[in-house]
Amino acid sequence: MVDHPSPVPGRKAFAAALLAPDLPVPEGVVGRDGRPAGKRFAVYRNNVVVSLTESLKATYPAVTALLGEEYFSALARLYINAHPPQSPILSRYGAELSEFVATFAPLAAYPYLADVARFEWAWLQSYHAADAPVLAAADLAAVPPEALAGTILTAHPAASVLVSAFPVFDLVIANRFEPEASGSVDLSESQTVLFSRPDIDVMFRVIPAGTAALAAALLDGQALGNAAEQAFEADPAFDFSQGLSVLLAAGIFGGLDGRAA
Amino acid sequence: MSKMILSAAFVAGAVATAVSGLSTAAVAQDAKEKCYGVSLAGKNDCKAGPGTTCAGSSTVDYQGNAWTLVPKGTCVSMSVPDGRMGSLEPLTRDLPKS
Repeated sequence: MVDHPSPVPGRKAFAAALLAPDLPVPEGVVGRDGRPAGKRFAVYRNNVVVSLTESLKATYPAVTALLGEEYFSALARLYINAHPPQSPILSRYGAELSEFVATFAPLAAYPYLADVARFEWAWLQSYHAADAPVLAAADLAAVPPEALAGTILTAHPAASVLVSAFPVFDLVIANRFEPEASGSVDLSESQTVLFSRPDIDVMFRVIPAGTAALAAALLDGQALGNAAEQAFEADPAFDFSQGLSVLLAAGIFGGLDGRAA
Repeated sequence: MSKMILSAAFVAGAVATAVSGLSTAAVAQDAKEKCYGVSLAGKNDCKAGPGTTCAGSSTVDYQGNAWTLVPKGTCVSMSVPDGRMGSLEPLTRDLPKS
């Protein structure tokens, strides 16, 4: 539990008791008869866990679909105890679920679950990122040719890359975005996903190794020439102009050299 | 593997090719815009900014400072009852009484 300075006496004990049913009813929580209001506090305790569970389900619908509602609720209860909210903003709750799932022994036979959770968290970050203009292709075209290799493209706030050893894109599509679609997922595949939100809707697509290396290096703030070299190291047959064109179209850049677009 | 050094000309050529394939029309055809003053009470969308949770929070029909996503280019031609029109900027009409 975070240690917020608080003018309310007993707030820390109250918060601690909320997520620990074995702790006694906090001091001061009394009914009209002046005696500890155990039943009422139990109702409140339950509401806290249920509302946080609902929030996690809303953030992780594909993980919920893969595990089933019942299993997910049980998992959420353990997660909530291990990771109580650190911020009053509910949309920021659940960041550690992927790590929690990755180290949760009973789920060791399903190693792709953590990446599905990472995908859903990345999607949410892109969704909630600040609105910002996207670098237009024309702005890049206006850079003198001899300066291009040293040019730095700044990252758009909603852009990110998720590397997975599993077919994470197919898994999320099948369990979240197109649950009615038939077809099987080949678990031997690896997929790297690019997230962006140039306008209103979050966009995500699978990108090949070379494009992924280019995107990762550029989002990391490296100059175009260096980033291209890393892409060719990842894939000697990399098509640089095609890869760059994909990244520009996805809108993962906000501007050039720190100047806004 | 030996360190590869790409020539400036190579980078410039590839960028030129990449950029030429992207006209401004490359913006998705299903692009949308925020249209103020056209949503029914409780049916507005919301700005996807940090910490905002105002979707569905409008309390007045056609509330001027609430928006809904509509296909790009259609907002300002949208009319709602009594001659009111949609707007790409927040409006001062039909605000909830405070």
